[in-house]
Amino acid sequence: MTEPAIENDTERPPDFSAYQGIWVYVQHRAGIAVPVSWQLLGVARELAQEIGAPVASVLLGHQVGHLAQDAFEYGADRVYLIDDPVLESYRTQTYAHGLALLIQQHKPEIVLYGSTVQGRDVAGAVATLVKTGLAADATELSIESEGHLFHASRPDFGGKLMSTILCKRHRPQMATCRQGVFPVPARISGRTGEIVEGRLGLSEGDVATQVVEFIPETRHVDLSNAEIIISGGRGLGGPRSFDMLFELAESIDAVVGASRAAVMAGWIPYQHQVGQTGQTVRPRIYLACGISGAIQHLVGMQDSDIIIAINTDREAPIMKVADYAVVGDMFEIVPALTRKLRALRQDGHAGASANEPREATEETDSVGGQPGGN
Amino acid sequence: MHIVVSIKQVPDTSEVRIDPRTNTMIRSGVPSIINPDDVHALEEAIRLKEQFGGRVTVVTMGPAQARDALRETISYGADEAILCSDRRFAGADTLATSYALWKAILKIGEAEPVDLLLCGRQALDGDTGQVPPGLATRLGWPQLTSVFKIEELELSARRIVVHRAVEGGEEIVCSRLPCVITCTREINIPRYPSFPNMVRAARYQPTTWDKTDLGIDDDSQIGLRGSPTIVSKVWAPGPRKRGATVLIDGSDPEAAASQLVRLLMHEPLLEVEVASAGDKHD
Repeated sequence: MTEPAIENDTERPPDFSAYQGIWVYVQHRAGIAVPVSWQLLGVARELAQEIGAPVASVLLGHQVGHLAQDAFEYGADRVYLIDDPVLESYRTQTYAHGLALLIQQHKPEIVLYGSTVQGRDVAGAVATLVKTGLAADATELSIESEGHLFHASRPDFGGKLMSTILCKRHRPQMATCRQGVFPVPARISGRTGEIVEGRLGLSEGDVATQVVEFIPETRHVDLSNAEIIISGGRGLGGPRSFDMLFELAESIDAVVGASRAAVMAGWIPYQHQVGQTGQTVRPRIYLACGISGAIQHLVGMQDSDIIIAINTDREAPIMKVADYAVVGDMFEIVPALTRKLRALRQDGHAGASANEPREATEETDSVGGQPGGN
Repeated sequence: MHIVVSIKQVPDTSEVRIDPRTNTMIRSGVPSIINPDDVHALEEAIRLKEQFGGRVTVVTMGPAQARDALRETISYGADEAILCSDRRFAGADTLATSYALWKAILKIGEAEPVDLLLCGRQALDGDTGQVPPGLATRLGWPQLTSVFKIEELELSARRIVVHRAVEGGEEIVCSRLPCVITCTREINIPRYPSFPNMVRAARYQPTTWDKTDLGIDDDSQIGLRGSPTIVSKVWAPGPRKRGATVLIDGSDPEAAASQLVRLLMHEPLLEVEVASAGDKHD
């Protein structure tokens, strides 16, 4: 019963003129920001222009002042900052408390968070503390210039439907937003703004949890920031076939992704999953191998610059979405591709790291072989 | 120890189809299941009970139909199951849902204090993961989300140590009890129901509490009225708008691989081997 009800009220909304500005929560670990913190500043700026409001980052931590400068350079006009030793590590209790304090003091009309583990963790607590609405995992945001009603849209029911969530009678209007959907705005070096400092008012003795240790992932699967993703699906037939994709990925510095079907079958860990219940990605090149293209997968990768699909079934949904559809047997094509890329690399080919766009791009466009573009 | 598990009955979204003309979900024939993450939370609760003794109480909010899900939890080994159901709970968003469930957990705790509240990481249908933080905040208990391993539990010292899956790695966190934990599917492999438990489940009648039982006399925090969010619009996402698909014949794997190398290297394709969808090779 947690789905919000369908709209049925027509009453006039309360007066919210005291609430101003759009805030973006800065998620970081030990002073290193997660990219979604800056991605959301870009979309916040677009929304702010619609309503003539300022954009602010909200930053909690210990000795994190340098992130305020980053926030200004990515487009924040203001940074609300609580710098306190108790905030050294992220903990729900301390961070939610600090955010709720700042929200109650400064009254933003919108607050955005990444829909990361931490973003969801803190936003759910903050929404309960300040008693307001929270849309989850939004992928499209817009705002009405009259009344500043914020529209947060998100895929629902396994990506089969989109729904738009509104919060008419409470402020701030809050949403967690999917990483990798909104591009990082251009950074303007030397741009500055105003820092507004707040006080946490908690001491270590008030806190019920301690972070004992953080263990970084050794083989980190950073799908959301990958330039090239090689993804495998049910067509691979088993876990061992993923080795073939890992070898290909290694030959061009790509990251391996997977469909939900492959993850649910236990062939590859969840961190690799692309799609509605996995990660949304927008790489420069997305190569789908043996993926049929269920809608729940498509919503997670359809914003890739170039989509290539290899499939024996010419009629598979992924083949319609792809820019290049290779009708053939991936068990033959993928190893051949890996061999060729390795040979190029051994020859010291300048472009062996395909992450560097090469001069040939212009020529490519003139040939007309590349469809669409952006 | 007393462990409460909060579950949700959800439509199996892998079975959900959308009517393309009306953009509405075709509900008929869609099976209801216990939210998959919640099954792992229940399994973890039963394992802790086996190790430390005590009891497992399951709670959910939903329509009368949710009794089926509760009976299923009994078949896995839950001791007691409670359904919070009231016409006025209908239309609840996550804030209003956590309010009613919070009242239920307080009532459960009156009979026997609760040491631990376990939930699934998020629900299959809503995908929000917002109810557990709402419960933890209302209860004033620490919340540990996205937990894939319970390392240590010391009842006498009232502390628990868990591993959380977070961005870029894992975090080991120590918390005071009672606390709220949300479980990922990696935490365990759920068991099959045992025969005696299935027999018990078949006859089991879950306790049902309405809003009066929960001591809620004002409707402003429950159901539609207590929900700050509304859904204003539902639509089917359109297809990706692009140029035509270029078909590459893969019957010669070497030639197809050469074409793919050119794509990856931003070089033009060898046109002779390429045809746009719908075109025919000469």
